Amino acid sequence: MRGVQETVLYEEAMDLKFLDEVYGIPGGDKIKDCIQCGTCSGSCPVSWAMEESPRKIFAMIRAGMRDQVLDSLTIWTCASCYQCAERCPQEIKITDIMYMLKRMAIREDRRRSRKARALSECFVNVVNRYGRNRETELMARFALMTDPLGSVALAPVGMSLFSRGRLPLGGSKVRDIEGLRKIVAKAQELGGE
Amino acid sequence: MRYSYYPGCSLDATGKQYGESIHAVAKALGVELVELDDWNCCGATAYMNVNEVLSFCLSARNLALVGKAGNGKELVTACNACYTNLRKTEVYLNQFPEIREKVGQALAEANMKYEGGVVTKHFLQVLVEDVGLERIKANVKRPLTGLRVAPYYGCQIVRPYGIQDDPDNPMMMDRFLEALGATPTQYAMKVMCCGGSLMGTREEVALRLCRNLLLCAQEAKADCIAVACPLCQMNLDAYQVAINRNYGTNFSLPIVYFTQLAGLAFGLKSDELGMQRCIVPATQIAARYA
Ligand code: SF4
Ligand code: SF4
Repeated sequence: MRGVQETVLYEEAMDLKFLDEVYGIPGGDKIKDCIQCGTCSGSCPVSWAMEESPRKIFAMIRAGMRDQVLDSLTIWTCASCYQCAERCPQEIKITDIMYMLKRMAIREDRRRSRKARALSECFVNVVNRYGRNRETELMARFALMTDPLGSVALAPVGMSLFSRGRLPLGGSKVRDIEGLRKIVAKAQELGGE
Repeated sequence: MRYSYYPGCSLDATGKQYGESIHAVAKALGVELVELDDWNCCGATAYMNVNEVLSFCLSARNLALVGKAGNGKELVTACNACYTNLRKTEVYLNQFPEIREKVGQALAEANMKYEGGVVTKHFLQVLVEDVGLERIKANVKRPLTGLRVAPYYGCQIVRPYGIQDDPDNPMMMDRFLEALGATPTQYAMKVMCCGGSLMGTREEVALRLCRNLLLCAQEAKADCIAVACPLCQMNLDAYQVAINRNYGTNFSLPIVYFTQLAGLAFGLKSDELGMQRCIVPATQIAARYA
């Protein structure tokens, strides 16, 4: 009986608003069509490193298990390779739904979202400043944010790239950066999901 | 042949040898690549994590810039992630009016407008489909005879927004390598994901994916792996030392761009193609065909 209680949510505990959130994104209502065939899980190159397989995540979404989905390691293991979306017989935009779950988890500062959020934040910072991603600056910022002790792991990789002219200092910039920033500001206002 | 060219951010940095070899090969074939004036970052996968509309806006701005300078409606890029983002944006703008509406409003803030109709192509596609393998063969001065190359397509290029090819067993790069005189090896991992940006966020997962790939290519007796994406190249090349350390392997497989191999076959100089920039040394391949 205990096992059942741990894995089953009774109706009153279901977060039905969560379903509406997911159905609300472009293409999101397609998950109603999921037939639980497992093609996504079988095709995913990293399902072995997830806690719940992609198929199970869809079952959990439909069961209204909001917290369990947004706290799962699964969404942070997805590499956005589109293999599942390519093969899903119901043409569900699985990768894009994973992206949406990541956005929700980041917005709510879920416990496993920090590293991905740090990377996204560094990226967005650099791009908002120059309009382009300066990889050297991105790597340095990300290393400082996640591993301030000199980033032991990344240092040899950085050095080998640098010594071959593949991590330049400085870089190019968008000329109409003001225009780009206006677009970004408006998109942020409209995109609030 | 004239195209708008979207280099993307990596081709000035970690993918520098890709940019160099693309230009050298294009020149040798008489393909004119006109850099898209004032292009911006495509947002990679990071912006999708932050805001979907914003991510589409970044690509839509680039698409809006195409055709402005009278270079036609064809846009060429060589990074799988940029390629996917540009193509996906086109699909979403067509498929979802609410996204089209929001993106339109955001672009209007900078007095810009995207009316649709841009065709984004991967540079591999341009060489195989537009230039054609006959002309590629005609340009080969030093056939890469005896060079066993594992063609690695990466993931996104063959997926829903990608090239028209078999998603499980694409042959476009295989045929291209054959035209250069090389021998493409058969191996199971040609479209298996390299982990992409997981190398930053879940390194142990990405390292294993790359280790599996290297192992499979090595078992197929490949002399090198040919790639078509700067992120695949970096993960397999710059992290090969870390992979060897983690798994007790001793891989030493050069990770070269298909354009570098083309340049060698066309008789171009090794440093014009950035061969010296590969971390796992690739210069001996260049020396073999010099
Ligand atoms: S492949 Fe599609 S239909 Fe099958 S379980 Fe996955 S999401 Fe559901
Ligand atoms: S997109 Fe994500 S969930 Fe889908 S197959 Fe790739 S890694 Fe797995």
